[in-house]
Amino acid sequence: MSEYIKVPTMAEMMASGEVPEVLFWVGCSGSFDDRAKKITKAIVKILHRAGVKYAVLGAEESCTGDPAKRAGNEFLFQMQAMQNIMVLNGYGVKRIVTGCPHCFNIMKNEYPELGGNYEVLHHTQFINELIKDGKLQITDGKSFKGKRITFHDPCYLGRANDVYEAPREALQTLDAELVEMRRCKSKGLCCGAGGAQMFKEAEPGNKEVNVERTEDALETKANVIATGCPFCNTMMTDGVKNFEKEGSVEVKDIAELIAEAGDLL
Amino acid sequence: MIAQILFLILLGVSAFFFARRIGEIRRNIKLGRDIDRSDNSSERWKTMFMVAIGQSKMVKRPIAGILHILVYVGFILINIEVLEIIIDGLFGTHRVFATLGAGAIYDFLIGCFEILAFLVLVACVIFLVRRNVINIKRFHSKEMTKWPKSDANIILVTEVLLMFALLSMNATDAILQERAATMMASGQEVSETLSHYIEAGSFPVSAWLVPLYDGMSVDALMTTERFMWWFHIIGILGFLVYVPYSKHFHIFLAFPNTYYSKLLPKGELPNMEAVTNEVKLMLDPNADPFAAPAPDPDAAPIKFGAKDVQDLTWKQLFDSYTCTECGRCTSVCPANQTGKLLSPRKIMMDTRDRLDEVGKGLENGAPKDDGKSLLRDYISEEELWACTTCNACVEACPVNIDPVSIIIDLRRHLIMEESKSPESITAMFNNVENNGAPWAFPAADRGKWIEELNS
Ligand code: SF4
Ligand code: SF4
Repeated sequence: MSEYIKVPTMAEMMASGEVPEVLFWVGCSGSFDDRAKKITKAIVKILHRAGVKYAVLGAEESCTGDPAKRAGNEFLFQMQAMQNIMVLNGYGVKRIVTGCPHCFNIMKNEYPELGGNYEVLHHTQFINELIKDGKLQITDGKSFKGKRITFHDPCYLGRANDVYEAPREALQTLDAELVEMRRCKSKGLCCGAGGAQMFKEAEPGNKEVNVERTEDALETKANVIATGCPFCNTMMTDGVKNFEKEGSVEVKDIAELIAEAGDLL
Repeated sequence: MIAQILFLILLGVSAFFFARRIGEIRRNIKLGRDIDRSDNSSERWKTMFMVAIGQSKMVKRPIAGILHILVYVGFILINIEVLEIIIDGLFGTHRVFATLGAGAIYDFLIGCFEILAFLVLVACVIFLVRRNVINIKRFHSKEMTKWPKSDANIILVTEVLLMFALLSMNATDAILQERAATMMASGQEVSETLSHYIEAGSFPVSAWLVPLYDGMSVDALMTTERFMWWFHIIGILGFLVYVPYSKHFHIFLAFPNTYYSKLLPKGELPNMEAVTNEVKLMLDPNADPFAAPAPDPDAAPIKFGAKDVQDLTWKQLFDSYTCTECGRCTSVCPANQTGKLLSPRKIMMDTRDRLDEVGKGLENGAPKDDGKSLLRDYISEEELWACTTCNACVEACPVNIDPVSIIIDLRRHLIMEESKSPESITAMFNNVENNGAPWAFPAADRGKWIEELNS
């Protein structure tokens, strides 16, 4: 499908006197990382297909401050947060969809006290909402019949905010078999990237966390490991490569799977 | 009479030592910074009912959970019998509750206590086997050697002995009751002491122990019964004095600790107010730095993060005394499972041990500089940097302890007071500051994916 998609920025919307329903907060991974950009594109295609009136901040978006905060740099976090809040409030943003559970967590829980009060949704929640409201039909694309999908709960979506069902409900609309890992939902094992680990070498140990987690996923004999976080995606992809299983096991964000099923990619 | 005086002295001495230790712990916890946990009391009661009273998180691991509930229920209910023992000890009575009338209720209760005592005994034996024979990983970590290992075993062995003494006391009592009754029925004279053994109670479990003591003379039986009675109550008083020095103190602290739980989403890491004020000044173009009120020269300088225990909040210190050293947190910690140095249980034990050390060295109520601190002398930077803030430890803790908050506060000190971080973390900070992203990509490229979308 090669339909031209215009991604409006907040500034453009404002200039033409329009107000979007939601702001799509892309996040740093989704903006810069080649793998994560594919997820961003899938989300945008879903928004477009469902006829959602959305906008992005484009160059006006800046890091939420999550990695800085979790690494102990509260100053840098609050500087980032307050600047972002100024921009968001300037545009009168009410509803935000994020492409990353870390952005979701910090904007939902830690921005309000600094003056940023928004309804914040993770993209899997929003996609699930679109499907439930009948705004998004995903029947004409790739079939997942006979495939096994296992979902890796991102810590900052699951344990941190108790969102376990929305991503699973979205996956259930695919005609695949959803299988759970030994450790799932509130007991899910971290991929190893949170708390600023993504930006440093792991401490000395006898194994990498992502390898341990990938073992859980491979144990389910799934063909697809579904993720909801660009960091998890990187970690699980590396884990699968570590076991040389990239030929038989895919690591895909839920947005990508839904977009494939809707023939959007 | 002598027995009564002796009993009173014993009771007084153990109450004194218990109260003294509680005072110490209270004082130590109060060294922490203030944090408001007085809001939302209905939610707090609910949490306490579920987690502490209802043991909702214990049963997530069913074997340990159910055994633990047995010991917990047994402990609470058997206290009714302990109360009777204390009254008897003070007033020289024997089975005073039985003399209050309603013999059927008394029989029933004693029967229940016996069954509970037996179940507690069995559970404790299984716990001992689990700890010492079966190789369960979380009981054999580095931090579980020496004292922490003995502590757990001391408690379990004591409980086994106490329950055995209780049952033996009942068994000998039952035999004496029967002998006194038969003697009276056949018109024999019954000595005054023997006549104390009125028929009371039902003994479904200690009946099995009867053959063990049945061959004894009345005198020997009375001596054994008294010995078991004293052994049991001295054991309990000793336990009382010992418990606040032990991880076993959770039997009291679990309740307030869950009441004061963090009620926010686990992912929410509260913002630092002191930082908010400074950042606001920095970002406000109209702010006049000289308009700010002159700093109070007596005010303690603001310290960011925590280097030592007194920089933590009282709740974090409360957590450390509540920790049961069960290791559920460590067993689910991704860092620990992959061989890193970090163990959230050790974070809690270190905090408690350091707090005890600081508490011992107080001068006029204030911590003195002993050249040591929680950071580095107890918890290394390597441990801190291994945490992914995944909150698995918080989720797993049966008494709602939050080890991550301590890890983050120590990291905050490293960064904001010492500017000390692994090189790659420093680079990440610089990138966020200069490019608005944790990687070195120019901010202008943020929208590149949009161009790529249609190409
Ligand atoms: S939050 Fe940190 S300490 Fe706790 S389980 Fe996760 S990695 Fe371990
Ligand atoms: S912090 Fe909680 S889970 Fe960890 S050892 Fe202590 S009581 Fe157990």
